[in-house]
Amino acid sequence: MIPRPHVDWFALAPSLAMTGAAGLLLLVAVLVPRRWRKPAAAAGAGAGFAAAFALAVALAAKSPHATTAVAHAVFRDRWAALAQVLVAGCGAVAVLLSYGERWREEHVAEYYALLSAAGAGMAFFVQASNLMTLFLGLEWFSIALYVLCAIDIDLVGSLEAGLKYLVVGAVGSATLLFGSALVYGASGALEFDRIGAAGGAHDSLLVLGLAMVLAGLAFKTSAAPFHMWTPDAYTGAPTPVTAFMASATKVAALAVSYRLLLTAFPAEEHLWTWAVAGIACASLAVGNVAALAQRNVKRLLAYSSVSHAGFMLIPVAAANALGGRALLYYLIPYCAMSLGAFGVVAARERELGAPVTLENLAGLGWERPFLGVAMWTFMLGFLGFPLTGGFLGKFYAFAAAYEHGWWWLIVVGVAGTIVSAAYYLAVVRAMYFRDAAELQLTPRVAGGSPPRDPALGAGVAVCLAVTVGSFFAVQPLVDAARSAARALPF
Amino acid sequence: MTGWLSTILIVLPVAGALAVWLAPLPRHWVGSLATLVSLVEVGFWIDAVRRFDFGSPALQLEQRRSWFSDLGVSWHVGQYGFSLWLVGLTAVCGAAACLYAWWVGRERPRAYFGLLLFLTGSIAGVFSAQDLLVFYAFFEAMLIPLYVLIGVWGGAARMRATITFVVYTVAGSLLMLAAIVVYGLQQGTFDLTRTGQSGNDWLFLGFAVAFAVKAPLWPFHGWLPDAYRESPAEVSAILSGVVSKVAAYGFLRIAIAKFPDPAHDFRVPILVLASVGLVYGSLLAFRSPDFRGVVAYSSLAQMGLITYGLFAANDLGFDGSVLQMVNHGLISTTLFLLAGMVERRAATGELALLGGMARGRPALATVLMTTGIVALAVPLSSSFAGEFLILAGVFQQGWGWAVVGAVAIVLAAMYMLRLISAVLHEEPGPAVTEAALDLRGAELAVVVPLVALLLVLSAWPAAVSGHSFLGLP
Repeated sequence: MIPRPHVDWFALAPSLAMTGAAGLLLLVAVLVPRRWRKPAAAAGAGAGFAAAFALAVALAAKSPHATTAVAHAVFRDRWAALAQVLVAGCGAVAVLLSYGERWREEHVAEYYALLSAAGAGMAFFVQASNLMTLFLGLEWFSIALYVLCAIDIDLVGSLEAGLKYLVVGAVGSATLLFGSALVYGASGALEFDRIGAAGGAHDSLLVLGLAMVLAGLAFKTSAAPFHMWTPDAYTGAPTPVTAFMASATKVAALAVSYRLLLTAFPAEEHLWTWAVAGIACASLAVGNVAALAQRNVKRLLAYSSVSHAGFMLIPVAAANALGGRALLYYLIPYCAMSLGAFGVVAARERELGAPVTLENLAGLGWERPFLGVAMWTFMLGFLGFPLTGGFLGKFYAFAAAYEHGWWWLIVVGVAGTIVSAAYYLAVVRAMYFRDAAELQLTPRVAGGSPPRDPALGAGVAVCLAVTVGSFFAVQPLVDAARSAARALPF
Repeated sequence: MTGWLSTILIVLPVAGALAVWLAPLPRHWVGSLATLVSLVEVGFWIDAVRRFDFGSPALQLEQRRSWFSDLGVSWHVGQYGFSLWLVGLTAVCGAAACLYAWWVGRERPRAYFGLLLFLTGSIAGVFSAQDLLVFYAFFEAMLIPLYVLIGVWGGAARMRATITFVVYTVAGSLLMLAAIVVYGLQQGTFDLTRTGQSGNDWLFLGFAVAFAVKAPLWPFHGWLPDAYRESPAEVSAILSGVVSKVAAYGFLRIAIAKFPDPAHDFRVPILVLASVGLVYGSLLAFRSPDFRGVVAYSSLAQMGLITYGLFAANDLGFDGSVLQMVNHGLISTTLFLLAGMVERRAATGELALLGGMARGRPALATVLMTTGIVALAVPLSSSFAGEFLILAGVFQQGWGWAVVGAVAIVLAAMYMLRLISAVLHEEPGPAVTEAALDLRGAELAVVVPLVALLLVLSAWPAAVSGHSFLGLP
């Protein structure tokens, strides 16, 4: 008889809510008549994410002390709960952004089911406390994302994006798995804290395993030099999927990386801090320089997300409590800005029926004032301008690097930001600065005003509110991040 | 109430901007609403002056609310004597710009006036901020409206102008951000009234480069000619009249006050840069082919002179600098607005195509003459008082600096007189037709108050120079 562990259902609740929604949506796909399928599916997914959001908030409130649950398989603490809040929030906004997309009707419920499944996987992934659950969570959400990338088979590049993501992602997963095996071989333990307790500071097997695990996670963070799949997958995937990938995946991968490195490898801190700092510098350099040359806005944003991976790895490299706070705080406006920016791109795409480039973005600012101002805010936020949370995110990241004693990392970050000004402002320039004569006013399908899309508008409005609000309401957010960061052994 | 005044001076224009953007007003009401807000702002500033105790060296009209306690950052605003004068300059020039833009009737008024008000509010914020992070936030926020104002409403070469402008300023200000992070964490707070002094040369340079770009000081002035030429006239006016003073204020409030030792060590190099800028700017102004070019390069020269006063590092120099900041702000604003008015009449600012505008246009001639004469620092003018104080201050650092300064004042007379004669006198240029009327009532309503302020300051320069400093904060 296999002993049955005690299952703390509440600790798993956010993940279960989204899983439940995914299951329900598969039923919707067959039971609900076609006419009602789209609203029913979207409502179901939205409800799933909303429930997960609420449960994660409750979980955070009820888990002031970090513990493990379900036979040490998952953590129950605020670090994971806060990351789940973000993932669920990203999912809910992604549902709003997806609603107006022209999906094939027969696929629409499956789409939302996969979105919920991906969210559930991420929620499980962020609370993983041993290498098995870590890998399980990673594969769970990755497989859902591979399919999501390729789901719109009418879209040129969608299949290609899915395939590329699948192949490169599989390499990443394999690397992570192999690394986990090496770590297990060296330490004889699967749980993060026991690996840490096993020590083995100068064990070359453990160090090799650490390097491979780090690389495997960096694939998901899309940090350079593990970012090769990012531009193609982001460009080819349906834009709402890209929005979700750019925001939620990053939350999950970064939160887990930070926890894994601190908990399982405290004895190797001198090694991985340098490694992470190196990856951060590489991402900042590659992301920012490559983005300069892009004309396709989705591709530009993809490279910008690579550079932001670098930015958010700065607090990880700092390995101090301020860094923990910095990472969680930074993720809040970052998610909002990514979702919002891709949302605006999606709106333009639906209007034009063509991929959005800097050229055909011309005049958006004047034609659609709300979307224009929103996009403008997101770009300034990415750039780290005041009045957006992006500014304080960068500020916190720099502060963490300084506290670690690495002022040179600040200089690298500043250099990256200066370069990034060129392409972020190029988007603003494209939207507003063209002469009226140059503005090629939209080749609309059948004339009339641009398609109304209140769901997308609402999604972008939420993102705008979070981006700007996180600048003013710093104190509560940082307090939440601080109590979450207490769960990690700094 | 007094605690709120500094906040009101910042928030009022920003709230006005939001009202202009969001309120469902008819188009022609937008300009008048914006102008009204900017005039109310001047009213609040007058009230602030009335309540301000110039006999006390302490921070006044102060307000402080915690923003995030984590790193000791708070919304902390307040005024010293010299910052109050600069806030006043902002309010007055902002109102003049609004009024002029209203009269000219810019396209897309909602966006335009909103941005103009937002700009005014953020500049007032820079001058009032007593917390480094708040200072930086406003310093950067200033850039957003300027970027769009130049990029959307600027002249033909506006793309190049905005790109160079942004690249220069963003590079400078991000170095300042790095310096702020390090300095604030070293000090344990970002509150300027609580931070101590630091001897770190790198931090000083981080701040100094940001301010040198913003001023601009030679050789950081690459963005200046394009930005000043391509902007709408009233934006150039604010850019050269007020925004450049932000840099001088930053030198005074942060670079010199918080880093006395590095400021001392770098005094000679900075004075050399200022001298080069002073002479080079004056010569370029003398050779410049157009109205705005003359004013733009004279602005480069004047910023060199103001830097002279700041790095003289004595009370004479500081007093002179603050007086000269106010003077130059008013002069530069007036001249750029006049440049805009002339360009509207002649459709060009090329000096070769202008000329003879004095005949039949007495108001234009009188205003331009008066401003030009104040600008070239004839004795009894306010510029004369300011420049005299600066030269007397810098003389104590070495007579050589004073000689360069004096030479530059002679050059200033040359370029100003050239400008006046090229526009007003000589044969009527091909671009000046009979249809080009004299200044209209509305235009006079914009520039005459500015000139009147200059004349008041000429009569009583001690209003500013005697009421700015009771020791560095």
